[in-house]
Amino acid sequence: MTQLNEYTGNFELEFERPLTALERQIDELEAQSDPNRSATGLDPNVDLGSEIRKLRQSHTAMLKKIYKGLAPGNTVKVARHPGRPQAMDYIHAFVKDFTELHGDRQFGDDHAIRCGFGRIGPHKVLVVGHHKGKDTADKIKANFGCAHPEGYRKALRCMKLAEKFGLPVVTLVDTPGAYPGIGAEERGQAEAIAVNLREMARLKTPIVSVVIGEGGSGGALGIGVADKLAMLEYAWFSVISPEGCAAILWKQATPQTNADAAEALKLTARDNLKLGTIDDIIDEPLGGAHRRPSMMADRLEQYLVQALRDLKRFKIENLVNKRYNRLRSIGEMSE
Amino acid sequence: MTDAKTTPSPATRPINGPANWQTPPEKKQAVPEGLWMRCPSCEAMLYKKAVEQNLHVCPECEHHYRIHAEDRIDQLVDPGSFEPLWEDLGPTDTLGFVDRVPYKDRIVKEQKKTGHKDALHAGRAFIKARGVVLAVMDTRFMMASMGSVVGEKITRAIELGTKEDRPVIVVSASGGARMQESSLSLAQMAKTSAALARLDDAGGLFISVLTDPTTGGVTASFAMLGDLILAEPKALIGFAGPRVIANTVRQELPDGFQRAEFLQEKGFVDRVVHRKDLRNEIARLIDYAGK
Ligand SMILES: [Zn+2]
Repeated sequence: MTQLNEYTGNFELEFERPLTALERQIDELEAQSDPNRSATGLDPNVDLGSEIRKLRQSHTAMLKKIYKGLAPGNTVKVARHPGRPQAMDYIHAFVKDFTELHGDRQFGDDHAIRCGFGRIGPHKVLVVGHHKGKDTADKIKANFGCAHPEGYRKALRCMKLAEKFGLPVVTLVDTPGAYPGIGAEERGQAEAIAVNLREMARLKTPIVSVVIGEGGSGGALGIGVADKLAMLEYAWFSVISPEGCAAILWKQATPQTNADAAEALKLTARDNLKLGTIDDIIDEPLGGAHRRPSMMADRLEQYLVQALRDLKRFKIENLVNKRYNRLRSIGEMSE
Repeated sequence: MTDAKTTPSPATRPINGPANWQTPPEKKQAVPEGLWMRCPSCEAMLYKKAVEQNLHVCPECEHHYRIHAEDRIDQLVDPGSFEPLWEDLGPTDTLGFVDRVPYKDRIVKEQKKTGHKDALHAGRAFIKARGVVLAVMDTRFMMASMGSVVGEKITRAIELGTKEDRPVIVVSASGGARMQESSLSLAQMAKTSAALARLDDAGGLFISVLTDPTTGGVTASFAMLGDLILAEPKALIGFAGPRVIANTVRQELPDGFQRAEFLQEKGFVDRVVHRKDLRNEIARLIDYAGK
């Protein structure tokens, strides 16, 4: 299977800044201890290896501390990190024979949602995932992961194929929200999402969904109705983006109000688990999925293999009933 | 088809999130001047009693004003036939949500203002002697945003219609999913849609009536899933808010964009129906499509 590359760009998370000094020191020492380099002016008695080890240990300790107390607003930033693995990365990493299927047979092929057959472990599946794009051209083509109605309709067309041919469905959710545009409204963005919600609720095949990055509103839910809904540890999932919420309820979106909204919306994986809106959390490598993408891919693959094995045990009628009861039970009220 | 006067320019709309409009106001509130009011659409001075007797539709320009759920129910059902259900179902502040005002305080204030626990009225009723389950949203209560209570009552209404073989009629008007309940609100979209899948499997009829404004997560769930979808003239109906769209695409929105007639033109609404005809139309559709 393909190894995923670690992020090598210059994007820096502000709250990780205390680490940069340490990282620079480690880099310098590593360069000096490189045997190919003449260690000019260096005391030969200094054990660089143990120095580096010590610095690495304090780096790890600091990273742990930062991520342990990660504010919700900063979780959102990790979920949007440019080096964070996307659906297509995971597909490359562990979906064998991925065979992409294009188009909704009505209007076009939306690059913000990708679909295809493939194998995950021993399971033949249909995979559906939001696609945000990697380089600028790809991002523009994919509308930064903001799907149009034809994207949701393509996803449903493929899911109906999966139902017909007895394949479970795996969806990887990663979108700031469905695209708010003129064409999207003209072609029925609301109708497309609504129909997916209804049809996924009664699809006669197992469905596992994982929010791998951003789980923004109806645009996320449009491929996120499932028997099991999980989140990666630093993904977010909410009724609205913190910026959208801040703009409405705080009357303006500033770094402060965005952070306040992120806090208020209880959008982290842990909060969603507490609210009962998701079933599982998949732990990320220390410091986020972008630091160890291959490790993250392994964990996600393991989770999917197990979840599919569990769901396949049910008779399909029972599974669809169980899915209904799962959706039916969510909500908090007094009577 | 379009009337520039009743199509608010993007600039008069608040900044909205893609799936959630908190308080899209009408262009101008009708100014109450004692017994008289000025139509916010054609600016005619109108005798209030006359407007009420005209089903809250401007006698001069046919502008359909937003109406209270109680008035809507009175207009649609056979006198005295509405039997309200689940009235004690009330919201709770599970998230401890605080923006400029705590959600807890908002709930109390809105309950005092409206005399109701939340934004949806539901129950059994008769429309021209046809038994139905009717649910009506009331924008006075937090812009009729959908939280757990609205989602639960819609779901119960659909389940009741499925069980008792009665057509389900939902009159929508909503700012979208309720932000103060975050992903719990989002989940109501899936819950109500799942209930409609079961009604559909059972061969039941769902008539969705869209009124001004029907937006965000309500449009993107049960409101757009009617076997039959009716809309009141010029009602604003959409997924994303006009302001958000204008900011995203950086261009003027077309005239009549996201209005009922626009949706009918694009193929997403069966019929745009004048308020005075709504009761008759629903009854007639039940005769064709109901059991
Ligand atoms: Zn008028």
